[in-house]
Amino acid sequence: MKKLIIAATFGILCSVSALVPFSAVASGPSIHLDKANNDLSDKESLKKGFKTYVNYCLGCHQLQYQRYNRTFNDLGIEEADGIANYMYSSDKVGGHILNAMPKKEAASWFGSAPPDLTLEARFRSPDWIYTYLRSFYIDENRPFGVNNTVFKDVGMPHVLQNLQGVSTIDEHGQLSPAMGGTLTAEEYDVVVRDLTNFLEYVGEPNKLERKAIGYWVLAFLFFFFILTYFLKREYWKDVH
Amino acid sequence: MLMKVFTDFMGWIDKRLPVTDAWNKHIAQYPAPKNFNFWYIFGSLAMLILVNQIFTGIWLTMNYVPSAEGAFASIEYIMRDVDFGWLLRYMHSTGASAFFIVIYMHMMRGLMYGSYQKPRELLWIFGMLIFLVLMAEAFMGYLLPWGNMSYWGAQVIISIFGLVPIIGDDLTLWIRGDYVISGATLNRFFALHVIALPLVLVILVFLHILALHEVGSNNPEGTDIKKPKGSMKPEELSKFTFHKQYSDKYDIVDAVPFHPYYTVKDIMYVVGFLFLFCWVMFFAPEGGGYFMEAPNFTPADGLKTPEHIAPVWYFGPFYTILRVIPNAMLGAIGMFSAIIVLFLLPWFDRGTVKSVRYRSKLHLFNLIQFSICFVVLGALGTMPATPMANLIGAIASFGYFGFFVALWFYSKNENTKPVPERIAD
Repeated sequence: MKKLIIAATFGILCSVSALVPFSAVASGPSIHLDKANNDLSDKESLKKGFKTYVNYCLGCHQLQYQRYNRTFNDLGIEEADGIANYMYSSDKVGGHILNAMPKKEAASWFGSAPPDLTLEARFRSPDWIYTYLRSFYIDENRPFGVNNTVFKDVGMPHVLQNLQGVSTIDEHGQLSPAMGGTLTAEEYDVVVRDLTNFLEYVGEPNKLERKAIGYWVLAFLFFFFILTYFLKREYWKDVH
Repeated sequence: MLMKVFTDFMGWIDKRLPVTDAWNKHIAQYPAPKNFNFWYIFGSLAMLILVNQIFTGIWLTMNYVPSAEGAFASIEYIMRDVDFGWLLRYMHSTGASAFFIVIYMHMMRGLMYGSYQKPRELLWIFGMLIFLVLMAEAFMGYLLPWGNMSYWGAQVIISIFGLVPIIGDDLTLWIRGDYVISGATLNRFFALHVIALPLVLVILVFLHILALHEVGSNNPEGTDIKKPKGSMKPEELSKFTFHKQYSDKYDIVDAVPFHPYYTVKDIMYVVGFLFLFCWVMFFAPEGGGYFMEAPNFTPADGLKTPEHIAPVWYFGPFYTILRVIPNAMLGAIGMFSAIIVLFLLPWFDRGTVKSVRYRSKLHLFNLIQFSICFVVLGALGTMPATPMANLIGAIASFGYFGFFVALWFYSKNENTKPVPERIAD
């Protein structure tokens, strides 16, 4: 018992001491991100996100590590449907999701070449993408006339502007819509959430499979632990 | 019938290679103290992870492309196109962090129960060499995904070697094989990571275990289970049979054969450990951004620095010591000293009582403050260097080195309790 108390005290001290500096030192201005609340198991949402991606994003941003047919399989899209409705920039169904933008020229058009977005959701987080695409505002000082509160002085135009409309910023950094787009604010949020969902999927296509296997593995280990506990106890009877 | 074939076969082998004898000497008839507690599982766990790293590493190598042009893409190929490639990769990446957690616990055990004291100094030195090689192994492995944190983390650590007087610049050039970190660096790190260092590691582990079995295992009481031959009454001896190399020389008390007693116990703990390991691996393989850092999901880019460059968490304690000392040169000396003092621990401790259970309150306090300082240093290493962080880091560094200095002073004439002759049930 005494040993247990010492061990417990020791453990608590260690963890507390690890947490204290974290809270005391972790500081610096951080951008508020809205929760995307996307759902990887929602295939309809993923399909819509994929559609938005090929329509609006793929012209500049490749998904160079992800293949078309893999995406079709995972999202439940028939191959013929996929070829007809999702493949505008390529004809190889087993090929990667690429575009024809020349990197060198692109760098001079935008200041830097548009990055590949296969892993963007893992690099930035889904919440970041969701908030970023809803945070453009008018800024006449920028080459494309827009700036972004999440990514300051971003080199990218507001590609979804005809959907969302445009916003202005006030002196407190609050955005307010100045001119509506073809969608209402709620509809636009849904489009962005679907797109975010798709990007999270592309970041790690095995994520759902990984978790599904994980539950079985943990369940197996749990029962196996009970067996090994009794095995150990049986052997140690000779000693105690 | 089958049994006879097996016995004959082993007889044939044993006449030519002492397999059965080695099995008995090191496993089935190796005397292990009967009172090992929770802290004694980390050696077996470290061995398990070593095997995991070697096997997953071999299979990863089959699809990994060690070049600046191909490395990053080949990792994504493994993640997407190789059957269960994602599992192999996560086993390897989670294994790397788990390795350090286990090794730090293993070292803590040594500290708590004085397992570095005479006659186990060489055993401790081999352990420290393993720790050193493991750090090099992990550092080089972290460059291989060729992500942006791989690149800039390596940049920071290699630049530390540039602080060596006179030959500093030449030394960094020699390490990188180029004027900047490039494909040449990646290729040599790959060679060292998959062949040279694992080979050294396995040899050192072999020596570590050989040295352990020569002097015998310590235990939480710090009581020796090997008594002088003939000093014990027959009924006091352990009822088990031990290899004659041990029982001819000593009277062995309070011991059990490693197999089956500790093999079944270790299996139980291994399963418990695997439960935690798989929990992280299947549900949070990024380890909250500490096991896999977010900037590493973008390819290495010599022109784009990540917002906050932090070495992987397991280098945290030493990195913080480097950083809190304002002079870069002194900082590097401080960092290397932090490892050197660990090597010299058996000589800092001038006491003869091993276990913290029978040492002074002062020693217990010193151990606790050391552990807290170590954890705090580790946490700070992953965070940006603010003035507040540097202040806390300086205090924790003082506590880290203070442990060794204080130990040297008080251990000579320490107010210890009498150590029991025998291990109680």
